[in-house]
Amino acid sequence: MTLFGERVPRVEDARLVTGEGRFLDDLGQDALEAAFVRSPHAHARIVDIDVTDALDVEGLVAIYTHEDLEGRAAEPLPLLIPHPTLTHGRTPYALAKDEVNHVGEAVVMVVAGDRYAAEDVCDRIRVDYHLLPPVVGIEASRGGGRLVHDDVPGNVAAVMVQETGDADAAVDAAPRSLELDLAIERSASTPLEGKGVVARWDADDRSLLVHTSTQTSTSVRQAIAAKLELPVDRVEVVTPDVGGGFGVKIVHPWPEEVLVPWAARRLGRPVKWTEDRREHFVSSAHERGQLHHVRVGYDDGGRLLGLSVRFWHDNGAYTPYGLIVPIITSTQLLGPYKVGAYRVEFTSLYTNTVMVTPYRGAGRPQGCFVMERVMDAIAADLHLDRTVVRERNFIQADEMPYDQGLVFQDGRPLIYDSGDFPATMARLKDLVGWDDFPAFRDRARAEGRRVGIGLACYVEGTGVGPYEGGHIRVETDGTVVVSTGLTSQGQGHQTMLAQIVADELGVPFERIRVTTGDTRRFKYAVGTFASRTAVMSGSAVALTARLVREKALGIAAQALEADPGDLEIVDGHVRVKGAGGGTVSQVDLGAVAVLANPLRYAFDEAAGRATQFAAPADPDVAPVGPGEAPGLEATGYYSPTRSTFANGMHAVVVETDPDTAEVRILRYCVVHDCGTIINPMVVEGQIHGGVAQGVGGALYERIEYDSDGQLLNASFMDFLMPYATEVPTVEIDHLVTPSPLNPLGVKGAGEAGVIPGSAAIAAAIEDAEGITLTRMPISPSELFHLRKERLVEPVETTEGHT
Amino acid sequence: MRETVRVSLTVNGSPRDLDVEPRRLLSDALRHDLRLTGTHVGCEHGVCGACTVLVDGTPMRSCLLFAVSLDGASVTTVEGCRAPDGGLGPVQQAFHECHALQCGFCTPGFVTTVTAYLAEHADPSAADAREAIAGNLCRCTGYQNIVAAVQRAAELSQGRPSGAADPASGASQ
Amino acid sequence: MKPAPFAYHRPRSLAEALDMLADLGEEAKVLAGGQSLVPLMSMRLASPAHLVDLNQVPGLATVDVGAEGVRVGALARHSQVEHDTASYDALPLLRQALRQVAHPTIRNRGTTVGSLVHGDPAAEMPAVLMLLDGSVTLNDVNGTRDVAATAFFKGPMETDLRPGELAVGASFRRPPPGSGSAFVEVSRRHGDYAMCGVGALVTASEGALSAARVCLVGVGTRPVLLDLAPALGDGVVDDEASAALVDAAIDPETDIHATADYRRHLAHVLVRRALAEARTAAEARAA
Repeated sequence: MTLFGERVPRVEDARLVTGEGRFLDDLGQDALEAAFVRSPHAHARIVDIDVTDALDVEGLVAIYTHEDLEGRAAEPLPLLIPHPTLTHGRTPYALAKDEVNHVGEAVVMVVAGDRYAAEDVCDRIRVDYHLLPPVVGIEASRGGGRLVHDDVPGNVAAVMVQETGDADAAVDAAPRSLELDLAIERSASTPLEGKGVVARWDADDRSLLVHTSTQTSTSVRQAIAAKLELPVDRVEVVTPDVGGGFGVKIVHPWPEEVLVPWAARRLGRPVKWTEDRREHFVSSAHERGQLHHVRVGYDDGGRLLGLSVRFWHDNGAYTPYGLIVPIITSTQLLGPYKVGAYRVEFTSLYTNTVMVTPYRGAGRPQGCFVMERVMDAIAADLHLDRTVVRERNFIQADEMPYDQGLVFQDGRPLIYDSGDFPATMARLKDLVGWDDFPAFRDRARAEGRRVGIGLACYVEGTGVGPYEGGHIRVETDGTVVVSTGLTSQGQGHQTMLAQIVADELGVPFERIRVTTGDTRRFKYAVGTFASRTAVMSGSAVALTARLVREKALGIAAQALEADPGDLEIVDGHVRVKGAGGGTVSQVDLGAVAVLANPLRYAFDEAAGRATQFAAPADPDVAPVGPGEAPGLEATGYYSPTRSTFANGMHAVVVETDPDTAEVRILRYCVVHDCGTIINPMVVEGQIHGGVAQGVGGALYERIEYDSDGQLLNASFMDFLMPYATEVPTVEIDHLVTPSPLNPLGVKGAGEAGVIPGSAAIAAAIEDAEGITLTRMPISPSELFHLRKERLVEPVETTEGHT
Repeated sequence: MRETVRVSLTVNGSPRDLDVEPRRLLSDALRHDLRLTGTHVGCEHGVCGACTVLVDGTPMRSCLLFAVSLDGASVTTVEGCRAPDGGLGPVQQAFHECHALQCGFCTPGFVTTVTAYLAEHADPSAADAREAIAGNLCRCTGYQNIVAAVQRAAELSQGRPSGAADPASGASQ
Repeated sequence: MKPAPFAYHRPRSLAEALDMLADLGEEAKVLAGGQSLVPLMSMRLASPAHLVDLNQVPGLATVDVGAEGVRVGALARHSQVEHDTASYDALPLLRQALRQVAHPTIRNRGTTVGSLVHGDPAAEMPAVLMLLDGSVTLNDVNGTRDVAATAFFKGPMETDLRPGELAVGASFRRPPPGSGSAFVEVSRRHGDYAMCGVGALVTASEGALSAARVCLVGVGTRPVLLDLAPALGDGVVDDEASAALVDAAIDPETDIHATADYRRHLAHVLVRRALAEARTAAEARAA
């Protein structure tokens, strides 16, 4: 039976439910521990650092400032993703040099016997700052009156334009048009485990072993080697169990990923840093904050003719991750629609706040919010059903592949590979009972209740390149060892990849061991982001398994004196097709592995079978032929020409309290198309989690800075991640349109759930309240004020241009 | 030398004596002194619930307790929630069956909380189950399958067959 | 986020505890449940030099129900009070409010008296103490004094507790027969501090209210106790008159979760809801 498509329970679980998982802070129990003095100011010049009072703290090992760093470690951290339009990219130093640009920026590193002592030391270090005026928020930044970086005029990191056709002319010429200002506020990935690093320097071997809670161990390895000026082969980076990432852990190297290994080498002792919750809020990364101005032109039937979007992206104090988030917004905003002529221009702006890098969805929730608000506004203008307006603008299934004419975040054309948007919509309407809702609303109204329904559609580019790889080796006991370079943060990769290998190789699932994110095992990888693991590593591992299979059949063919084409692998045994399970006609893969490695020395009993006198051999054939390699193993890579595009649509029913303005989600329905599904249980779990983050982003979570750049809610008390009581039951239906781009037909599923949350929930609240919503998230307090103002600033409509 | 205080605890059934600084949080004493790293620390201010352990059978936040304050207490961690034969305990088994965990970081706090809850509530409804886990944060699962797992664990605890809890069904409200 | 060092004291009797507190004075903090204190210490927003741990002092984990009302000892955990059947029968308001204090796991350790001493103006139990004409019993080496709730809460996180004193218990007084109570609140998430919360205590006789009081949290620097007698006419509370009283009594502030205006609005909504629920409860108890 094949495992592909089955709800296979996860192999990861047993250790995780019993406390036997190994997360970063579970490691390095013998290590020294680091803590940091971080800037309490949003913008300041460092005048003096006085450590005198700290020197007698028991347990103190070392105190470092930027002055202690040498060579490339003293230079700014890398700008990971350069782009020609990123004319003013800026990155931080590992420890602040002269100036701090946000609250939480690391200024002094302390190493001590344990974290308690390290914090005692931090408490006693006095840093004298000369305060500079802070720039907080997009409005303040785009004025350019105050500068974050003296050498960045107007606080502008980048301005980027993409267009297809003359959008402004199309809008001007359209029979109808609208202008909207739409905003999404700051949020953050907020994995339950913060970041962390343990580094061990082996002075004899002159090598470094680093464990870090990252989404990309291979690239951290390269970065550490570069920063510490070590040969790459002297550095290995291992990702242990990771307590969630959601984007924030793709950034690297974090200052601590440089400093902890640097200190471990300098001190000759293992050093560990475990980020605490407060540090995570003020010194990792945030996302989402953008203001958008939209002009759209359409005909009397609601068909789009032109769309012109200008938006401002708050990139925080630094831009190590380049322009990925706004590029994704600017391209994925289009969703499942044909918008006619399109122009998008964004400005990426510096502020004295924590830097902005991808958080699950990565710019898509903002784009979806913009596009779906536009659709709802058009529907309102034309008094059309909101699903009808969408249907009239959908790209049709027979138009696939569909070229949107833009350049996507991978530098490749934005071409949708497959999808059937009308079918997805039909399923969603069925699932939520769209056509029955008016009757439900009437009944609710009769009871004095306010209910509303909303929906939102998205397309998500997933499986971004450039490549991933896999290595598969069959051990002589028949165990199949699979490695891929990217990392796992709870997505069930070990299970999913084992399912693929089990099917491709014909081995029992239980015999497969999968390792991810360990550079000792696999050195070439990109990382885990953009919903890419199933597509990229899944495909790579499938292709690799096919190579191993081919090799096994070739070796077994000799042993069985059969033609490889007549052989199959079933349940870990190579046998002649249709010959049943007789011992004569089959050989187990472990034995094939033995034969795959011609030996001189019999180090164990199995190995004896591969030694030179064990069996007669053809004297004219080399034991390892040209182009062959010993061992039943193979390495393979998958590199697609471009991304594959998943899609989905969400519908939400809300009830708003007429008195308290509280919002309750009555139903949350998802129709999701991520191509072929490897493990439906895992995919549904990804959607569930994404939806919860979408609900959080719509109703609860918001990073709040005051005008001085102080983060007002750097705790779980005040940054309101939803509990079980805040997340509705999620109803899911799937549509499967396989991707033609990869051998498995899969598309990514990791981020989808979060994307349409704010758009769909805003639409539902708007429907319940009759108040236009233009910014998310929304709290009861804000809804109360909107009600008070009844600021139904009727979206500006111009009819014709005669 | 930093002052230490002797504390005697029973941890997962075994007597353990510790000399700890008074300020040492129970979470750190468990994790770093006893090397029971299953208890996780997600916020250190008592909100996330990942560090929840049972103190004399009652769920408490180990990050909000000083180890010194628990002299004489019995502490159960996720490592102590296994079945008597060393296999998965009913709550652990249910979390596995229902896919009630992804990254697994919050899971130990849920396992301990649910273990204590089921000792007093044999047959929780889905709404009860949701309420029972309402003090623990999970960032991965959206709680859907955790609710199902609470109900499944109740079945397993009592040797009842599977039925009420079906993680695949997304019942509408 | 690790606490700064402190000297630890573990008294084995009340007398020993009081001696220690007398010696240490302002340098000492008392540890009972610690559910508010420990996070403050971990964030180093509080760094007491001395911590006097009550948890090994016998005789303080008490919940006593008498003719006068319910008396709660310094080590009675919220959950102990919440689940105490006799207390619920005597004063349902205790459970009604306690169910809204954080989450069960916090209530398993946090103490009711500790919550009173903490004096958070958004917390539920200070309001309950005020509504139930309660008092806090403060002991020191020289003796004991009872401080009425109305005098005990002085401002945000500020009470009448003096250095050297220990809050050994709190008394909640039984209201007259025919009373009913309710506690309603609106918080951002279930279990969070309320943006506004209202406890209500009414006395009803044959469907007519003879007394109505409310206490509001989250809308001032301390719980706002309000006797609605001036708004009572013909056995019902006049909404308009009651709203005027509420408006005059509260002084909410704006923070990241809610504006002052919204809190004021909630106060009105929740006063109405709490009164209605309390009245229903009174009628149910009479039946």
